[in-house]
Amino acid sequence: MLDVSNLQVSYGQSQVIHNMSFTMGKEESLAVMGRNGMGKTTLFKALIGILPSEGKLMLNGQDISGMSSHQRVAAGLAYVPQGRMIFSNLSVQENIEAGLETARAKKVPSEIFDLFPVLHDMRHRKGGNLSGGQQQQLAIARALVSEPKVLLLDEPTEGIQPSIIKEIAATLNEIRAMKKIAILVSEQVLSFTMEMADRLAVIEKGSIVHEERRETADQAKIASFLAV
Amino acid sequence: MDGFTTQELMAILAMQGFAGVSFFSVLLLMALGLAIIYGQMRVINMAHGEFMVMGAYATYLCSITLGQFPGMTDYYLFLALPIAFASAFAMGYLVEWVLIRHLYHRPLDTLLATWGLALIMQQGFRSIFGAREVSVTVPGWLRGSYQPTMMIDIPLNGIAILVLTLFVTLGVWWLLFRSRWGLRVRCTTANREMSGAIGINTKRVDRMTFALGCGIAGIAGAAFTTISSTGPTSGSLYIVDTFLVVVFGGAGSLLGTIASAFSIAQAQSVMEFFMGGSMAKVLTLLTVIAILLMRPEGLVASKVRR
Repeated sequence: MLDVSNLQVSYGQSQVIHNMSFTMGKEESLAVMGRNGMGKTTLFKALIGILPSEGKLMLNGQDISGMSSHQRVAAGLAYVPQGRMIFSNLSVQENIEAGLETARAKKVPSEIFDLFPVLHDMRHRKGGNLSGGQQQQLAIARALVSEPKVLLLDEPTEGIQPSIIKEIAATLNEIRAMKKIAILVSEQVLSFTMEMADRLAVIEKGSIVHEERRETADQAKIASFLAV
Repeated sequence: MDGFTTQELMAILAMQGFAGVSFFSVLLLMALGLAIIYGQMRVINMAHGEFMVMGAYATYLCSITLGQFPGMTDYYLFLALPIAFASAFAMGYLVEWVLIRHLYHRPLDTLLATWGLALIMQQGFRSIFGAREVSVTVPGWLRGSYQPTMMIDIPLNGIAILVLTLFVTLGVWWLLFRSRWGLRVRCTTANREMSGAIGINTKRVDRMTFALGCGIAGIAGAAFTTISSTGPTSGSLYIVDTFLVVVFGGAGSLLGTIASAFSIAQAQSVMEFFMGGSMAKVLTLLTVIAILLMRPEGLVASKVRR
């Protein structure tokens, strides 16, 4: 589904991602875990094409390395950035409709509102007036309407109440089963990834240093990587 | 006021007010295009006035070409308006592709480049149409005036420009807030990076936006011909006021642009009668500066959590 080979990302002369390679299967969920400043967000920005990178990116057999962001979305990637980045001046409805750009559907599918009923109730409200949790749902809904094959989620639990984190994990599992998509998520909350990821990878200074399946995951070891 | 009866003073105020409405119409048509371009791309298009002149010359060409056919003098304007829009739109599209797209994120370079473009366009107009100002034949139905009272004369061409401005403003509102293209523009204005990351081709949006802004300036040019003659440098007369309108209104705000154009045009027009053109301009500028010191974001600013 998604093959990343020898990915390198630099800010000027400082290299942040070093020859990173990994693959994701169809409908698989992979969590990239690591402390702040280890390169998670840089990796996601490079994958969606916001940051220039070197290396090879294949999505469903198609080389997307040289594509710009909007072309990667059309190819099947969808991105939910850290901090949500919803359009605060646009209504909830307009925010979701903005994600329809590359979709076959021209109207917001009703299943989106089935997944996130609160967004239906608030569809005429401005995105900027929603709470953090509601904005997160909106950002995921906006990404989903583009009919992606792989959903990229950068720290979806950041700034979210602990009581809602479990709900987000359940919703993501539901989305994966319903839409039959792969999910790549970056996280620092181990309990969250243990709820929704098939595999866990740890990133340190721009390289993947540890990887294992959830069923056999050594949680103490992963937690030691996340400790400050 | 010495020398005027109250009735005369009221009539003068009404007529100056309406002169201000005509000025407001041209200013708003100019500012709409500039506000869309600046609001989305942060490009200060110093050649915006020249796109207006382009529309004016297109109208002039329509006037002399269609004026040769009997009976067409009264109707050429209906053909001239779309032609003025289309010619300025096409030129804007070309300019964005050849020049502007290479200079995004370099505001000073864009300023210099569009100023250079303005000079090139002015010279181009001079070479093609000559240095002397040209005038169109104003259609018969736009001549004369409407007299609501014995003392008040409201020119018909002013009313026509106001109606045109209303239609164009409604059109821009519809495009920005009710069309798919408008949604793309508003997304790109809010967050360019994120817009690309949800599938919007921001480069194409930029090109179309720049072209549309220039096209609206072309319509302003067509309207301008009915109230004044056109010369190669006519655009530079309006460009400072237009920038003032955009900054004062709050960049990228349609409502702010309308309110700003109306208040600046009315203030200048009414004050002009009592203290002369230069003093009226100085006083307007000082007032705008004072208000901007208190409200740096302009008249209309968004009130949402970011």
